Amino acid sequence: MTAKEFAGQREGLARAHRLRAGLARAGLYVFLALGAGVMLFPFFWMFSSAFKTAQEVATFPPRWLPASLSLRNFAIAFEKAPFAVYFFNSVVITTASVVGTGLVTILASFAFSRLKFKGRDLVFTLLLALMMIPFEMLVITNYETIAAWKLIDTRTALVLPFLGSIFYTYILRNFFISIPDGLYWSARVDGASNWKYLWKVMVPIAKPALTTIILLNAIASWNSFMWPMLVINSTPRRTLPLGLYTFMTEGGMHFELLMAASTVVVLPIIVLFLFARKQIVGGVARGGLKG
Amino acid sequence: MSRKAEKKYAYRDRPVLRALEPLAYLAPFLAAVAVFTLYPVINVVMMSFKEGYRMLTGAYDQVGFGNYAYVLGDRYFISALRNTSLYVAVVVPLSTVLSILIANLLNRKVKGMALFQTAYFMPMVTSVTAAGLAWKFMFSRDFGVINQILSWFGVGKINWLQAPEWSLWALIIYGVWSILPFTIILMLSGLQNIDETYYTAARVDGAKSGRIFFRITVPMLAPTIGLVLTINTISTSKVFNEIFPLFNGRPGPSYNLYTVVYYIYDQFYIKWKLGRAAAAAMILFLIIFVVTMLQQVIQRRWSL
Repeated sequence: MTAKEFAGQREGLARAHRLRAGLARAGLYVFLALGAGVMLFPFFWMFSSAFKTAQEVATFPPRWLPASLSLRNFAIAFEKAPFAVYFFNSVVITTASVVGTGLVTILASFAFSRLKFKGRDLVFTLLLALMMIPFEMLVITNYETIAAWKLIDTRTALVLPFLGSIFYTYILRNFFISIPDGLYWSARVDGASNWKYLWKVMVPIAKPALTTIILLNAIASWNSFMWPMLVINSTPRRTLPLGLYTFMTEGGMHFELLMAASTVVVLPIIVLFLFARKQIVGGVARGGLKG
Repeated sequence: MSRKAEKKYAYRDRPVLRALEPLAYLAPFLAAVAVFTLYPVINVVMMSFKEGYRMLTGAYDQVGFGNYAYVLGDRYFISALRNTSLYVAVVVPLSTVLSILIANLLNRKVKGMALFQTAYFMPMVTSVTAAGLAWKFMFSRDFGVINQILSWFGVGKINWLQAPEWSLWALIIYGVWSILPFTIILMLSGLQNIDETYYTAARVDGAKSGRIFFRITVPMLAPTIGLVLTINTISTSKVFNEIFPLFNGRPGPSYNLYTVVYYIYDQFYIKWKLGRAAAAAMILFLIIFVVTMLQQVIQRRWSL
């Protein structure tokens, strides 16, 4: 074998190797794209149908794309049901829940990580055991409590039961614990109170964990269906998912309108997800989902 | 700062105030947890034994096992147990296998992975009600895109949502789709915890990728798989919200698709038999508890 032949053979082998790697990568992309298509399809169908006419929605085989892009369905849906009110309610309740639960969680996490008191870790362990109890088991009693407090059909009823979240406190407390002690004692020596230390030092450091909690909580509040369905019974108090559901049961099966309304429910969260995917996914991977 | 300094600063002034300080920070949290988590846990146990319990007045006829006897003898509860078990038995293994395969692909370092991840995780953050309505439309017998796609393969129109024999499958398909993202995320983070050196060593020894997958990836992923099985068994046992968009709030087209949580809801909110609802909730909790314990035991055996 001459040197030239040898080099040629080597190059042939390398080419075959590259080809195989290339094919494997192409196969990977094809498979991933197929799966992604299946996962995204319901959203594609929702968005595309939101622009179809009533006729286009009721044909077989179905039309995959609308003939024209008109916002007519959105206008009709907003006219037939007060989706603007629902949207406003959802924004208010999500904000109140994020702020309220956030504050309660920050204070509790601080006590469970930085302050010292008898039985602290025992109490915390017992709380973790409570986390295993599904919300479905608590729902009957919580409904009774809300009814006894005359809070049925109020926005307060949608925020109050979720203020004390063991799960979020668990996440934040674990983050707080990882903040070195030295920081605390040097701040105390400089005359900072616990309160000041919490807000000036710990909270800014814990921004990643706080972001996670805020995002997960915002998603959970925005999408919440079961609890609002139980405690809300008048139209002006409905949140978006509940309003969407009653729009279907009361307004009939007009899929072009239902898909337009669904788009309104889904879009804000999708935008949030596109911007904060890493934090949301990281939070889910660390602690699972609430509920 | 040392322990000595810690003591000095913690108890420097007014020890009573110092001791009360943690309580002040904890008060809102503990109050909320006590009222909306701890008390309900205790109350649901007691309520489940109160026969003929009436809301708000709190009056009841007698204490006993009457609610349990009623629930366990109710054919709708039995049907709910059967439907829920079938749902769990299909959705959990299917989503686990699919998520291992997909996570394994998503873990490759190739261009555009962020885009793929976004696509695969999207269903996790979107409202069950809104996505459920999209599925409802897709499942439609006469105008549904799923029947169109099936028709390309010569399958006739299936009445997914109105035929009792198909309705559970519609719920299952929708269930797998909605639980997959969460499952993939857990698997992906499990995969990322596997030490790279195992793979390097295997490749140096010339192991084929299939062999690497079954001899390294799967065994190393076993703890994550165990965790996923437990979490998903619990969450799928509570299938409920999905029923509302698909079947207009009824338990299936001909009351054939009761699930355990739907049964609880039905007894509680439609029939106002709170004691029976509490008994059903207790039974659900006990079943989940036993299944979880069994899974833990099996997993411990398996990993030895």
